[in-house]
Amino acid sequence: MFFAGFGGQGIMLAGQMVAQAAILEGKATTFFPSYGPEMRGGTANCTVIVSDKPISSPLIHEADCVMAMNAPSMLKFEPALKSGGLLLLNESLIHQEPKRGDITVCKIAANDLALGLGNARAANMIMLGAFVRASGIISEKTMTQVISDTFGKKKPELAELNLKAFQITA
Amino acid sequence: MSTTYQESPSRVLMKGNEAFAESAIRGGCRYYFGYPITPQNEIPEYMSRELPKNGGHFIQAESEISAINMAYGAGAAGGRVFISSSSPGIALMQEGMSFACCAEVPMVILTVCRCGPGIGGIQPGQADYFQATRGGGNGDYKIPVFAPSSIQEGSDLVFEAMELADKWRNPIIIFTDGLLGQMMEPVTLPEHIDVASSKDIRKSKAWALTGYGADDSSRNTITSLRLQPEVLEKHVHHLFDKYTEIEKTLTRAETIGIEDCDVVLVAYGIVARITKEAIEMLARDGIKAGLIRPISLWPFPHSVFDKISNKAKAVISTELSMGQMIEDVRLAVANRLPVRLLSRTGGMIPTSLEIAERTKKILATM
Amino acid sequence: MLKPIFEYTKGMLRVETNFCPGCTHGISHRLITETLDEMGKLGEAIGCGPIGCAVMAHKFMNVDMCECAHGRAPAVASGVKRVHPDNLVFTYQGDGDLASIGTAEIIHAAARGECFSTFFVNNAIYGMTGGQMAPTTLPGQRSTTSQTGRDTGKSGFPIRVCELLSTLDGAVYVERVALNSPAGVAKAKKAVRRAFDVQEKKLGFSFVEFVSACPTNWGLSPVAAVDFIKEKMLPYYPPGVFKSPQ
Repeated sequence: MFFAGFGGQGIMLAGQMVAQAAILEGKATTFFPSYGPEMRGGTANCTVIVSDKPISSPLIHEADCVMAMNAPSMLKFEPALKSGGLLLLNESLIHQEPKRGDITVCKIAANDLALGLGNARAANMIMLGAFVRASGIISEKTMTQVISDTFGKKKPELAELNLKAFQITA
Repeated sequence: MSTTYQESPSRVLMKGNEAFAESAIRGGCRYYFGYPITPQNEIPEYMSRELPKNGGHFIQAESEISAINMAYGAGAAGGRVFISSSSPGIALMQEGMSFACCAEVPMVILTVCRCGPGIGGIQPGQADYFQATRGGGNGDYKIPVFAPSSIQEGSDLVFEAMELADKWRNPIIIFTDGLLGQMMEPVTLPEHIDVASSKDIRKSKAWALTGYGADDSSRNTITSLRLQPEVLEKHVHHLFDKYTEIEKTLTRAETIGIEDCDVVLVAYGIVARITKEAIEMLARDGIKAGLIRPISLWPFPHSVFDKISNKAKAVISTELSMGQMIEDVRLAVANRLPVRLLSRTGGMIPTSLEIAERTKKILATM
Repeated sequence: MLKPIFEYTKGMLRVETNFCPGCTHGISHRLITETLDEMGKLGEAIGCGPIGCAVMAHKFMNVDMCECAHGRAPAVASGVKRVHPDNLVFTYQGDGDLASIGTAEIIHAAARGECFSTFFVNNAIYGMTGGQMAPTTLPGQRSTTSQTGRDTGKSGFPIRVCELLSTLDGAVYVERVALNSPAGVAKAKKAVRRAFDVQEKKLGFSFVEFVSACPTNWGLSPVAAVDFIKEKMLPYYPPGVFKSPQ
């Protein structure tokens, strides 16, 4: 799967958390981030693979799932979806329609929902919740644990916020 | 970006660069000297944070030239040293590598290869195959080069290399690329080894510079200077006797199905993983493709090529460079079979599908 | 019963040096090793030698010693000192080594406040390679690469290293001495001792510059070379303590 958006939208973290969840479920996984000279505001994307058998290449040429946090990401990665694949798009920032008719599209107004929770930065966890429920690749229970592990150690209130964001599309 | 690394004995999700750094520490590295360069910056960052916790020392050097000379000093003083850089930075270190080989100063050097020539680009590449295996330093010297294809293998090799460098009193290079350095996958880290304190270094390294104490008959010097030709020739022969032994014991490769195949793909590092997937695709199309994955780039696993099936139509060197490993492949194949190049460069990485398709095209011309 | 009033220092090995008549390398070698001997620290010292005429220093100085790539001795010493923080570590470098190819290394070692001592031999010329212009060659001074005399319009100005390093907070002891007279040599020895004392107390980076003679490449007799130091070198490179800890 491809996760993509602006730098700073928490795309890399979301991807890493899927990989972490895969480990907890005893699956093979790889995470490969795009890397470039810019730190914030550029495009960011990562490739995450979750598999029941050992993974050869950490790169993919077609995806089962694309999570697009902004319009350029949708334009770039929609063509890479397999027929019947899942496109999760952030409706708050993507105002055009996907072109393909052979894929499942799931629209989430992630930024608006996050602002409703009082923290715009929780948009990635809202998308992650939608991804888990729509794809079924990772169980909700495992992802809940990963969210608690990731945020809970230092800031329990952050874990609470992110869990709430994760659950919002349930 | 920091990882979700956890203090757990097995299977932690780690970025390649951070797993390699942690394995170096677990292998006894207590000295790291580095200069920032993408795509390996996580290593100096990790070392600056973690080495002091393990009783070690980190210096951000003023250049890669200084970094390798700090490594030379710490290595000559008997410390366990690990350094890292990327392509242009490694170029600056190569004089130091030549010195370390001649003076027999151990150190482990990790290169996270990007693209060139020049400042090139920061995306993954393998165009420093010659740089690593032939070296850009002056004189007759050799450095064992290991090219892992997964974070687990890289972590294991870094750990082992810490020991090998001391054993052979020679630098060891671990050759990775931006993809392996930047990606994350689960890794089981090795256990920490015990490290001799500075005071005890002479017990295990009688040659090291520690100050001779009360008895100046045990005075040590570390030097690459030998002005008399007969003395230098003798020393170079000594080094090459050592390299011959290294060739016998450190040559490594993985092979898949080369005894019965239509074509053999040769690939190392991250490309070998992509190639494995391509081989599965080719099998689905009825083409038997074998794989030779050199794990040691020097010494190159020449003898493995003798096992290639006689019915193979071609040997394809698959690399992220314009034909560098292919020179070793040609030497190994020794005109027995046609050798072809399958290459991407500049930071472009072929997909498994592309490798499969291009293999088919090459076979169609045979 | 005769009592010895002078003995050859244990710090110098009993081998012939390769230095030319009138060269002051022998003096600076001895000042360093004799001081270590007097401190009872020969067995705890680790030296880092240069490329240049003193490349053979490890053959003469009776301490554990490392020969370094050209200009890199301060980086090497930084590494050595991390492994052996309680040993006395020093670099011995000439002007080409320290003030030209190794400029970055010396400045950053000083800036880091590395607790080792650097002994800098400034004879205003490249010796080993045959008398080429050094970064410290004086304006108008002839060398094999400035045959009509250093033209500052074309090849710039000499670098005053003590003055430069004194601006760095990490350099805590910086002194320039001259090896052109018995008094100068006596002063130089005190400076060497001071540098090692500063290092032992881990106060920071210590640096002693020896204004030295190279009669062969200057094209002067040893005696005339001594005069050259006094008349030409010292006005440009004034001796003195540039920085000293309280």
